[in-house]
Amino acid sequence: MTTVQDPKFTEFHDNDQKPVGFGRMLRKEDPRFVRGRGRYTDDIQLPGMLHLAILRSPFAHARVLSVDTSAAEASPGVRLVVTGAMLAEKGLAWMPTLSNDVQAVLATDKVRFQGQEVAFVVADDRYAARDALELIEVDYDVLEPVIDARRALEPDAPLIRDDLQGKENNHVFDWETGDEAATEAVFASADVVVQEDIVYPRVHPAPMETCGAVADFDAVEGKLRLWSTTQAPHAHRTLYAIVSGIPEHKIQVISPDLGGGFGNKVPIYPGYVCAIVGSILTGKPVKWMEDRSENLISTGFARDYIMRGEIAATRDGRILAIRTNVLADHGAFNGTAAPVKYPAGFFGVFTGSYDLQAAYCKMTAVYTNKAPGGVAYACSFRITEAVYLVERIVDCLAHELDMDPAELRLKNFIQPDQFPYETKTGWVYDSGNYEPTMRLAMDMAGYADLRKEQEEKRARGELMGIGISFFTEAVGAGPRKNMDILGLGMADGCELRVHPTGKAVVRLSVQTQGQGHETTFAQIVAEEIGIPPADIEVVHGDTDQTPFGLGTYGSRSTPVSGAAAALVARKVRDKAQIIASGMLEVSVADLEWVKGSFQVKGDPGKSVTIQDIAFRAHGAGDLPEGVEGGLEAQICYNPSNLTYPHGAYICVVDIDPGTAQVKVRRFVAVDDCGTRINPMIIEGQIHGGLTDGVGMALMEMIAFDEDGNCLGASLMDYLIPTSLEVPDWETGYTVTPSPHHPIGAKGVGESATVGSPPAIVNAVVDALKPFGVRHADMPLTPSRVWDAMRGRATPPI
Amino acid sequence: MQVTMTVNDTEVTREIEGRLLLVHFLRDVLSLTGTHWGCDTSNCGTCVVWMDGEPVKSCTVLAAMADGHEVRTVEGLAQNGELDPIQQGFMQCHGLQCGFCTPGMMMTCRALLDKNPDPTDAEIREAISGQICRCTGYSTIVRSVRWAAVHEAAAAQQEVTA
Repeated sequence: MTTVQDPKFTEFHDNDQKPVGFGRMLRKEDPRFVRGRGRYTDDIQLPGMLHLAILRSPFAHARVLSVDTSAAEASPGVRLVVTGAMLAEKGLAWMPTLSNDVQAVLATDKVRFQGQEVAFVVADDRYAARDALELIEVDYDVLEPVIDARRALEPDAPLIRDDLQGKENNHVFDWETGDEAATEAVFASADVVVQEDIVYPRVHPAPMETCGAVADFDAVEGKLRLWSTTQAPHAHRTLYAIVSGIPEHKIQVISPDLGGGFGNKVPIYPGYVCAIVGSILTGKPVKWMEDRSENLISTGFARDYIMRGEIAATRDGRILAIRTNVLADHGAFNGTAAPVKYPAGFFGVFTGSYDLQAAYCKMTAVYTNKAPGGVAYACSFRITEAVYLVERIVDCLAHELDMDPAELRLKNFIQPDQFPYETKTGWVYDSGNYEPTMRLAMDMAGYADLRKEQEEKRARGELMGIGISFFTEAVGAGPRKNMDILGLGMADGCELRVHPTGKAVVRLSVQTQGQGHETTFAQIVAEEIGIPPADIEVVHGDTDQTPFGLGTYGSRSTPVSGAAAALVARKVRDKAQIIASGMLEVSVADLEWVKGSFQVKGDPGKSVTIQDIAFRAHGAGDLPEGVEGGLEAQICYNPSNLTYPHGAYICVVDIDPGTAQVKVRRFVAVDDCGTRINPMIIEGQIHGGLTDGVGMALMEMIAFDEDGNCLGASLMDYLIPTSLEVPDWETGYTVTPSPHHPIGAKGVGESATVGSPPAIVNAVVDALKPFGVRHADMPLTPSRVWDAMRGRATPPI
Repeated sequence: MQVTMTVNDTEVTREIEGRLLLVHFLRDVLSLTGTHWGCDTSNCGTCVVWMDGEPVKSCTVLAAMADGHEVRTVEGLAQNGELDPIQQGFMQCHGLQCGFCTPGMMMTCRALLDKNPDPTDAEIREAISGQICRCTGYSTIVRSVRWAAVHEAAAAQQEVTA
């Protein structure tokens, strides 16, 4: 076929023109994906590989009286059946969670949520393994479950975690931040105080690829190879070493292509451990791949915060203080993946983008008989919940003051000259310039015209809503002195090696789940060292091939690993400069870097390219005094602060008054993620996050009935947006670089997931203003909107 | 039981269990792992392949039902080493991120263009509405299909003039 250029599509072609550095560039990973040659965990087929399937609890809370595996063991093709009791003999029935709690690999005493792992079968193929599950007889004594977090702390509530010595209630932790007394003082004297109860329901990341693993233990080498769906291969390897006793250097964790992650692939799941045990016991490679229902009912959920928000202000709209009280549902085991000192993640940024006098939050977390997890679904460590709270309560204030929500926000923004800005909860925002971002979003949306249109429509009885949210995120965890996961400091390594012919390989500790690291990181190195991205191989996702680091979540890759990549490239460039000085016979100080080569200052004719230098570094002949051969460097980057991207989102909805169906007509997203590396990839990340937002705001909820049955256990019941529920996205940007990041980039992966739900809910509530509605809880399904229109409260979760 | 079918222009005969799903036949038996398995309930569409030129969800088709039929998968989209315009469109317009839904999406979109060479945005959205993408938010997929449509039309025009 002939490829032709269409002027209409020139914006899609500007990429390959640019040999190095930042800008739109087609992705290096795409040629394999469009050919169906991605390599995902379930694509791994090893000689003699067996298949593992897990028997799960049908009950939310029950004592396990007995497990009879005899019929399953006799089933055709079955090689192994393992129960919790068998694991307990080996000391493997429990494993640590990422929050210093423990979680059952296979239940020994009780099951504590529906879908909990009870036994596993290893068989010759997937179908034989599933057949045998049906033959395992488990005798349960069903107990009363705790499903509603509000029930968990009642004195007569059943005790869920009787496995924990001395545990007498379902309490996980209490946490507070800010100044309670100062906040109370501001509230006591404020003109206006608005309070609202706001629920962020339990949702699920549901990546298209479910979780799974292939374990291959070689008893002769004593080496475990584990292909698994993990966003944090190095952290997983360390934990496997600690739990299993297999020495860390004998464990290789390989995270191949991941079919999405969104936080779902941060925790270690019992299935991974079962696959390892299965391989050790059978001496064969063992594959475990969960199905969609298993993914939805047992792996890391997100949110599940019941929040009371309060805001204090002057009558003319000056926001003075925000206070919140949160009840957090952590499920049956505290599996939250948050830095140890931050049990509520970065929820402390609930003060938003506003210059406050005081703020205070008190949080209580509880166990319930629901799946464990807690931080997942592109949330930047609970910032999703924090941003939803502040942006919803600010809109409630606008409602109360009868003030335009855009005007209210503009009036209260932290001003550019206040940065770095320390919030009343102790977070130091690195940089920001909020008003231009907000104004651009309003211009793109045609805000004034939209308000006029709305007025006309209201007069005709039509329901149109305009919703705004303005967010500031905190991403890129460390620094390591404050932030660690199970003692592992949140820093990331990077290695760069330039080969003799000037081609390079860069090795990362983070792991892409679709974000395009193979492209972005090649561009970062290219920008710094002048080797074209096409000549830079990005290696990631294999612990034997890459330096240690904490992995990809919380939008960490660009803020942390991206900084590491830039700095390691500068280190290589410094060495190249010394070698170049020898080649050109001038002093180092007489050389200047012109992207791709060093040239003698004032004499452009005398220069050497990075490729020439690379060959010299490996070649015959002398190098300058004290310089070793080769051209490579490594670094471990420890961020000095988080980065704080921001954005302004405007959503326009229409609601059918007859059916209460919400239609998102338009969505304008203006993001400021600092320096932009590849605008195409940034836009893609934002589009995806906005779609998540539509799902959470209007469709998605992992609900339970009173017995603890999960009502969102398939994609027929757990609704994810399709192409018909979302509009054509309108995106814009401003650029406020991070002052401490070497290239000024801030990270963007979760911005839209964080920022969009409040914009959508604010739009729906705005549309319902004629009905006197000030708040309605997500997901705003037709029945909930219908209830809100009739003055009925949203039913409890 | 024995099944014989044509997969990507090659006839294959295999002994299988009657209950084997087409998606597992393609992936586990033929090692054509470009077709993915995502939900079991026909909701996500990562498993879309063609049976006799029509997109089907291979997680809800038995391999036995494909006996005697022609099956085409993502591995059979490129012809003579040349990428199909739909594959090029997805690369040019960032129609994919993690790549997991991409093969199914492309099979549906290729089938759409075969029937309707100049679809509107709304028609493209309708065509892919039985499939889920968790990464892209769909706008870039719509652009990718439009890219393919425009480039195919231009290429056809060139052939006519030549």
